[in-house]
Amino acid sequence: MIQIENLYKKFGKNEVLKNLNLSIGAGGIIAILGPNGSGKTTLIKSILGMVVPNKGTIAISGVSIKNQWKYRREIEYLPQIANFPGNLKVKELIRMIKDLRERPSEEEVLISLFGLKPFLDKRLSTLSGGTKQKVNIVLTFMFDSPLIILDEPTTGLDPAALIRLKKLIQNEKEKGKTILVTSHIMQFVEEVADEIVYLLEGNIYFKGSIHDLKLKTDQTDVERAIATLTTANA
Amino acid sequence: MLKILKYSFYDLVRSRWSYAYFLFYLGLGFVLLFLNNDVSKAIITLMNVIIVLVPLIGTIFGIMYYYNSKEFTELLLAQPIKRSSIFLGQYLGVAGSLTLSLVFGLGIPFLLYGLLRSDAIFDFSLLLVTGAFLTFIFTALSFNMGLSNENKIKGFGYAVLLWLFLAVIYDGLFLMSLIVFEEYPLDTFSIVATTLNPIDLSRILILLKLDISALLGYTGAVFKTFFGTQQGFFISIFMLILWTVLPIWRLIVKSKKKDF
Repeated sequence: MIQIENLYKKFGKNEVLKNLNLSIGAGGIIAILGPNGSGKTTLIKSILGMVVPNKGTIAISGVSIKNQWKYRREIEYLPQIANFPGNLKVKELIRMIKDLRERPSEEEVLISLFGLKPFLDKRLSTLSGGTKQKVNIVLTFMFDSPLIILDEPTTGLDPAALIRLKKLIQNEKEKGKTILVTSHIMQFVEEVADEIVYLLEGNIYFKGSIHDLKLKTDQTDVERAIATLTTANA
Repeated sequence: MLKILKYSFYDLVRSRWSYAYFLFYLGLGFVLLFLNNDVSKAIITLMNVIIVLVPLIGTIFGIMYYYNSKEFTELLLAQPIKRSSIFLGQYLGVAGSLTLSLVFGLGIPFLLYGLLRSDAIFDFSLLLVTGAFLTFIFTALSFNMGLSNENKIKGFGYAVLLWLFLAVIYDGLFLMSLIVFEEYPLDTFSIVATTLNPIDLSRILILLKLDISALLGYTGAVFKTFFGTQQGFFISIFMLILWTVLPIWRLIVKSKKKDF
């Protein structure tokens, strides 16, 4: 599904990604983990074409994404910080994104699932962080695309919404979609992820299943295993 | 691109600043016409206002819109839309709505006053055309400043400085160099220096069309023989187009390489 070769990116003097190689097959949920500033968001934004890498290639379904934009039709992206134009109403934002993508969408189901009906006529600047994140989730999941990228999807969600989100992610996985997800909540990762990619200082330090990770670090729970990986290199 | 243009345009048309700008020109048009009681004189006064104010408003609106729509831009970047379409659409939305405010704000009072029955219609259209050019030029320049500066304060500062340079400082330097080098023939120099600044170029273009170049003395005669001719007129329009196209071109190139 995604092939990344020798990806290199620096911001000023700060080298964020150092010749990263990664291959992700179709189907399943892949968690991209790593300490703060390890390059997770930069990697995701490179796949989306929002960050232009200095060197290296990224190919999705065998086609290089350099200077392309049509491939984004096959991607849903949930940004880390839900920044929306504040003067738009929720309803208007959903209509606008639908208009821009020109794809069939099923926002009705998602709106009622997350209880967003009362907020449809409110301006985005008046919403709370958690409600904004719910709007963010609706916008991401309302289209039917084979690749879904979620950057910190759990931020600000209440437990009920979190359960619905997990169920939603599992449903999408059963449809055979590829889902990339980053999170610092290890319990969430353990519940949803099939595979873990651990980034450290701009490179892949570990790639494998949760079981492999526990074996490698000699720990019984994921949180400790990840902490061991991080401290072993600090 | 048209969809982005549509959303940016609607967003701006709904904002009260566009109305304020429109009402300002509407008021200015009415006041000038009824105080002067003469279309041609009103056009000269308007020219002096437009030449300075239009670039300033274009700069400030452009840079403010660029920074304010940062979230909108980031949302769009993850969608299947070409990068150049996003920025071009937003740029055309801002420049287009400003131009509309200008054209309607000034057009309505002049039409009501009886512009169509006077022979100043060509001068008036030239005024609106140069006003539109200046809006597109300075909005594009300010978008460039925004794109090159992550820091809002810096970007805003540079954009306003650029306006100040082209509107005020450039003329000062120009005059000083004329005084310092008065021993030398300066005809070509002054013509070239004028064409290099879109504000000066617009001013000369309108002044010469209004046939008051005699007031400018010898320099006026030099300008008249250059800009007054058909060829000079087309060269000036060409320079204004170049001034518009170059910043737009840089906007596209720069936006392709930027990280978000």
